[in-house]
Amino acid sequence: MEKKVIKTDNLKESVDIRGVDGSGWLYSDIVKDHFFNPRNFMQYGEEEKFKFNGMGRVGSPACGDEMVLWILVEKESEKIIDCRWRTFGCGSAIASTSVLSEMIIENGGMLIEEALKIKPQDILERLGGLPVRKVHCSVLGDKALQGAINDYFRHTGQHSRIVTAGKKIIDKVLNITDNDIEEAVLEGARTLEDLQKKLKVGVGDPEAIPQIEELLKFYFEKYYEV
Amino acid sequence: MMLLIEQLARMKKDIFIQKSNLLTCFVCQNLKNMFPPKSKTKKLVYLDHAATTYVNEQVEKAMKPFMAKIFGNPSSLYELGRIANGELNDCRRQVAEILHALPDNIIFTGGGSESDNLAILGVCRKIGNPSADAQGKKGHIITTQIEHHAVLHPCQQLEKEGFTVTYLEPDSQGFVSPKKVLAAIRPETILISVMSANNEIGTVEPIADIGREILKYRKANNSTLPYFHTDACQAGGVLELDVEKLHVDLMTLNGSKIYGPKGVGLLYKRRGVNIQPLIMGGGQEMGLRSGTENLAGIVGFTKALTIAQENRHEENMRLVDLRNYFFEQIQKNINNIKLNGPCLGNESVRLPNNLNVTFIDVEGEAMLLYLDAYGICCSTGSACTSASLEPSHVLTALGLPYEYAHGSLRFTLGHCNTKVDIDYTMKYLPGIIEKLREMSPVNMGKMKHAKYKK
Repeated sequence: MEKKVIKTDNLKESVDIRGVDGSGWLYSDIVKDHFFNPRNFMQYGEEEKFKFNGMGRVGSPACGDEMVLWILVEKESEKIIDCRWRTFGCGSAIASTSVLSEMIIENGGMLIEEALKIKPQDILERLGGLPVRKVHCSVLGDKALQGAINDYFRHTGQHSRIVTAGKKIIDKVLNITDNDIEEAVLEGARTLEDLQKKLKVGVGDPEAIPQIEELLKFYFEKYYEV
Repeated sequence: MMLLIEQLARMKKDIFIQKSNLLTCFVCQNLKNMFPPKSKTKKLVYLDHAATTYVNEQVEKAMKPFMAKIFGNPSSLYELGRIANGELNDCRRQVAEILHALPDNIIFTGGGSESDNLAILGVCRKIGNPSADAQGKKGHIITTQIEHHAVLHPCQQLEKEGFTVTYLEPDSQGFVSPKKVLAAIRPETILISVMSANNEIGTVEPIADIGREILKYRKANNSTLPYFHTDACQAGGVLELDVEKLHVDLMTLNGSKIYGPKGVGLLYKRRGVNIQPLIMGGGQEMGLRSGTENLAGIVGFTKALTIAQENRHEENMRLVDLRNYFFEQIQKNINNIKLNGPCLGNESVRLPNNLNVTFIDVEGEAMLLYLDAYGICCSTGSACTSASLEPSHVLTALGLPYEYAHGSLRFTLGHCNTKVDIDYTMKYLPGIIEKLREMSPVNMGKMKHAKYKK
């Protein structure tokens, strides 16, 4: 694997952002590097030239984060050989998309089977971590990637390969699944408010709220009620 | 030029590796897309005076003797204590003079938030009672949706204690009309709190008019209630603070926004208004705020308030010109922007130093971090900088959509700023916005990209 080089041009002074509760945190050098020197984003004028066969979109600007990922899959090898992205969001959202784009096309490209296995944790690890409350809102990359790969399957007529197994999309705007809600309950979410703080679920898709509340109750009873 | 290319090469290394044959083409493209190069001597441009200010030199000088020399406790009877007490009384008198109040109307506190809490919790807990009982106690409060959290959170606390609170909705520029306030008054209303000037969008509320309406209401109903409180923290160096002209019963001021020290403020309390203390102990400040007086802080605060009020007319005019120049430059160089808050007139409608702009299609924290890399300090209403993940309550109360609130930047100018700072900022800001827009998939300002299918 290529050795990670951290570019230091813009990083001489650390970027320290604090929460209202006074807890301080620092973006890691890798986050800062990707934020100040983003890789593989779709530049102006490139839209017309860039070839792709899958596109995924997740989030909405009302929630504070939106991401679009374009991928080019080589049909014979099923490798993602090129990609571009655009992200609306804070520093960590931009950095996490940039790092994902690097992950999927380095070393000649990632197999789509492998790419489908990428989890937010993998992106986080490669980023050198993020403050907890930034994780759910800014690491949308894996969802955009899954969307893009499904889009590729749709384009190439491989409908049977579209991945939704084991997961049901609850919030169509953020592509949040029942699994995400289950995980949030396990991490301590007890009310709809807690859930929205963690996942922003239902913010962009208010129609999903009754279903979300039902799931919340279901998982809470499953794990915590005697 | 070599340096430039080197930097570019580093920036787009990955693309270069894959597309080395297109190298020349990429360099051309990158030249126009790249962020403006940093200046060799990084400048600090502080454009966040509404957050806090540095301490004025004269203030610092005035405070110095009270650190180690005149350190006595004003409550002590020996000479050192008496000197301290004399100084404290001088300060109280000077401040009272500025406010056109009496010295015993002034309660020195530990800052603006404490003063707000003392005013709201103090009045309501003393004379209010959520269940109107035989003694005729009352429990309704009126405030606005765009108050500082130091007002909103005590109100929310009182709601938990059984009080009811009306949060008035401002108009699209942040104004709360006297009519609206009057319409919200109920027989059981005990307190009305409206800020003098908003910290995020700079709206200057018609406090004197609201005060007059409240006075009329009291007269007509032969009542001493409701009391009227205003949080004037943002107005300390800008507006006239005559409590008689403003018709306020309670007023909050603090040091950290007027080039004074942090951790010191005051609550003006008209004689006859009863409040319950939040901090009990040695009975200082007429028993309403116990704790050994922060004399150095109080001296500094008094000096800062005096200087700010003396120079406010010239400084207001200077800042209005500078702020308007800044906005003109932004308008000229960046498209798809929106001014938040009232028009950029004089200090009777908008704080002279406040500029709040939404840069459509980009997110606030990202802009803020890039500006920080060039030494430019400002703030944003974006959710990313708050723990709640909710965008600014002020901007959303104006009816701005969330996506606009997320893309807002607040610049607040002050003493240290000159045209040079604005020009320095404008050297980088357009490039930063351009770059972040290029990176953004959102296109509310322009037509949709051809490749967007959904």
